[in-house]
Amino acid sequence: MVAAVDKSRVPWWVSNLIVPLVNLILALLVSALFIFIAGENPVQAVKLIIYGSFGYLDGFAYTLYYTTNFVFTGLAFAVAFHCRLFNIGGEGQAYIGGLGVFLVAINVSFLPVPIVWLLAIAGAFIFGAAWAFIPAYLQAKRGSHVVITTIMFNFIASSLMVFLLVDVIRDMKQMGPHTVALPKEIWFPTFKEFAALFGVKIRYSPLNVSFLLAIAASFFVWFLVWKTKWGYEMRAVGHNMQAAIYAGISPYKNIIIAMCISGGLAGLLGINEILGVHHKIVAGFPAGYGFTGIAVALMGRNHPIGIFPAAFLFGILYQGGSEVTFDMPNITRYMFVAVQGVIILFSGALENLFRPQIESFFVNKLNMKREI
Amino acid sequence: MVSPILELKDINKSFGHVQANKNINLKINKGTIHGIIGENGAGKSTLMSIVYGLYQADSGSISISGKEIKLRSPRDSIESGIGMVHQHFMLVENFTVLENIVLGFEGEFVFGQKLKKAKEDLKNLCDTYKLNIDLDSVISDLSVGFRQRVEILKSLYRGAEIFILDEPTGVLTPQEVDELFKILRSLKEEGKTIVLITHKLNEIMDLTSEVSVMRQGEVVGHTKTTDTDKEKLAEMMVGRSVLLRLNKSEAKLGDVMFKVKNLSVKDDLDVTRVKNVNFEIRSGEILGLAGVTGNGQTELLEALSGIRKVESGEIYLNDEKISDKDNLLDPRELKEKGLAHVPEDRQRMGLVTDFKAYENLIFGYHDQEPYSKSSILRDGDILSFSRKVMEEYDVRPISPQLITSNFSGGNQQKIILSRELNENPKILLVGQPTRGVDIGAIEFIHQRLIDMRDKGAAILLVSVELDEVLSLSDRILVMFDGNIVGERVNKDVTDRDLGLLMAGVA
Repeated sequence: MVAAVDKSRVPWWVSNLIVPLVNLILALLVSALFIFIAGENPVQAVKLIIYGSFGYLDGFAYTLYYTTNFVFTGLAFAVAFHCRLFNIGGEGQAYIGGLGVFLVAINVSFLPVPIVWLLAIAGAFIFGAAWAFIPAYLQAKRGSHVVITTIMFNFIASSLMVFLLVDVIRDMKQMGPHTVALPKEIWFPTFKEFAALFGVKIRYSPLNVSFLLAIAASFFVWFLVWKTKWGYEMRAVGHNMQAAIYAGISPYKNIIIAMCISGGLAGLLGINEILGVHHKIVAGFPAGYGFTGIAVALMGRNHPIGIFPAAFLFGILYQGGSEVTFDMPNITRYMFVAVQGVIILFSGALENLFRPQIESFFVNKLNMKREI
Repeated sequence: MVSPILELKDINKSFGHVQANKNINLKINKGTIHGIIGENGAGKSTLMSIVYGLYQADSGSISISGKEIKLRSPRDSIESGIGMVHQHFMLVENFTVLENIVLGFEGEFVFGQKLKKAKEDLKNLCDTYKLNIDLDSVISDLSVGFRQRVEILKSLYRGAEIFILDEPTGVLTPQEVDELFKILRSLKEEGKTIVLITHKLNEIMDLTSEVSVMRQGEVVGHTKTTDTDKEKLAEMMVGRSVLLRLNKSEAKLGDVMFKVKNLSVKDDLDVTRVKNVNFEIRSGEILGLAGVTGNGQTELLEALSGIRKVESGEIYLNDEKISDKDNLLDPRELKEKGLAHVPEDRQRMGLVTDFKAYENLIFGYHDQEPYSKSSILRDGDILSFSRKVMEEYDVRPISPQLITSNFSGGNQQKIILSRELNENPKILLVGQPTRGVDIGAIEFIHQRLIDMRDKGAAILLVSVELDEVLSLSDRILVMFDGNIVGERVNKDVTDRDLGLLMAGVA
């Protein structure tokens, strides 16, 4: 057994860099084992992943596109988590957020484009927030646990959207469950157009200015959580609800605020997908980003500075992974779902598996140095 | 010369960077009551946990009657004749006394003749030491004092020769303390050895024949009790001279600032814990509220500070009704009206221990200027304010960026006090201001409270430490089972008088 480590002696870089890195390496080793068992060469697979996600401009742009989505959903989870709320409803909130984007954009498309964009962003945020509000209210007033209600609301969102896409807002000239396209003028500028300005030609890339919105959202979350009184109150409620009540901070209010901001951030995924990529609502567009966002946030230790690299890592896996499935017949798409699962397992659920050992190792090392 | 029954040689123990015990040498003689005294965090409990086999020392040796032994677990030490009575009793609430005592060995007992024999033996033990316990009563029906006796009986039955008692009187009424001391003396007369861990100087002087003083992980003194006095011991504990009596002048009473009328309050389980209570506090007065833990003080304090709903009755602040059955001002509104509250349980309520010190120093005041403006926290102003009050209230270390849980209990308490007193409240509600706080800090905190009183504040002091109530209050109320059962002016009150009231006898 390892003796308890005095937490105040552990340098920040050990707990925030070394430990996640070790967990990640372990996860990748286990994943390599999967690939080996499937009859492919893990080293070759790693090469493919790196080539696929960095090796050429189109690929890299894809990586950043995925990163954008993961940043939104990762931040969403993190904000709620600072109030100790486990919002696993990012998927549904993103879906409904997308509905907000579309409804706003199609109805105000006559306005100047930048205003349409701003209103669409507001629409994404408000719809996502509204979808999170119901579980938040039930938690705050009735004590229904958000884990249960948010996951139920994912299913409700999904069914609701299928109903809308089939019976209400479907493009009636088409068979598929999707809406009509938004007018071309209000589409988000893409990386392809941007590259073309410099004379660089790329085939197709979903990367668009939403990436900048993701960066802005990261700053927003950092400022909100650590620099405003709302973030302060949310954290107080999350860490010690009794103390919050003592200080006159309302848990009820803060649970609702945290969940709504969380839902709103998840809703922004709709901006990337609808204004940036599909330009219409397509059934099932959140495609699991909401769930992966949980892992991104846990891996990034719920801080925007950690979430960004974690989102990037998952971007690499998504993009590099699809490259691998093209080239290696024995590796299916589901294999990479499993790889993601392993990473979530090691950096989320088993996060503290090796933490005591690693921390006490470094603490002892540093002590020795000091004594010499 | 007879070798001591328990001897510790060069015991060292560290936790990470912190050395909890440094080269401890200690000899405890058979048939004595040996006191170990020291401030919180001096390493007393760590040392005794090593003796009881809960921790292993990094180096050093332990001998019993001259024979070196290895203690790897509590079972080893029980077999070596060491018994421990913990601060928090290790009893199964819904078992009988007998069942608790045979617990762990029940396989041999449950059916067979042995249980009968055990019962007989236990009865004999009870008689010898006048424990007066009914073996068939269920633990949850017993008072705290009796539960403690069950622990002692348990150790006796397991053949303990050395009894370690960790702060045994913290939860007892004065009468129960007397009873306990009688039992301990009779144990001593039968040749048992007792190690008494405490931070209360009175107990050391009353009971022990020898005393060892610990400070910062070391034994800094060892003496016969008859060769020392309270002042000398306190000085050794703290490392400097300590004022045991406070500089307290006559109270200058002003107007009634705070009034409670027919107040009743229920707890979370819907049980009425405060029953029709009436009192008032004047400006410039400290009103002490004495009572054994769990007689409604907690609920009363919570209702007065706006955390708990009032069941019936009214609360007035400066003749203005602030709370009744239908209306409850929340803590924030009460703060604005000049009421500050130092809660009983600092870790559960007074602080967010995961926050940095500076975040806790503005807790509850965070939305006021200059700490925040337009809802944005002003880190610069908060930090400079934090450094200033930490210096003023002697919070150590003065590092506002340090996570609060890394401060010692006394310094955490000072963080709360500096936050609540800094605004010069007109009414101050204080719960257990020095619980788990070391003697040096107690002196400081008491002096601050007196200063506040002299500045004209009305103070309600709720404490289970009788000494504290007696030394600070101008007037004392005793609470028992939710009722105020007595009111005394401090000048003409005795320990015994209060003790009887606290026990609900008088």
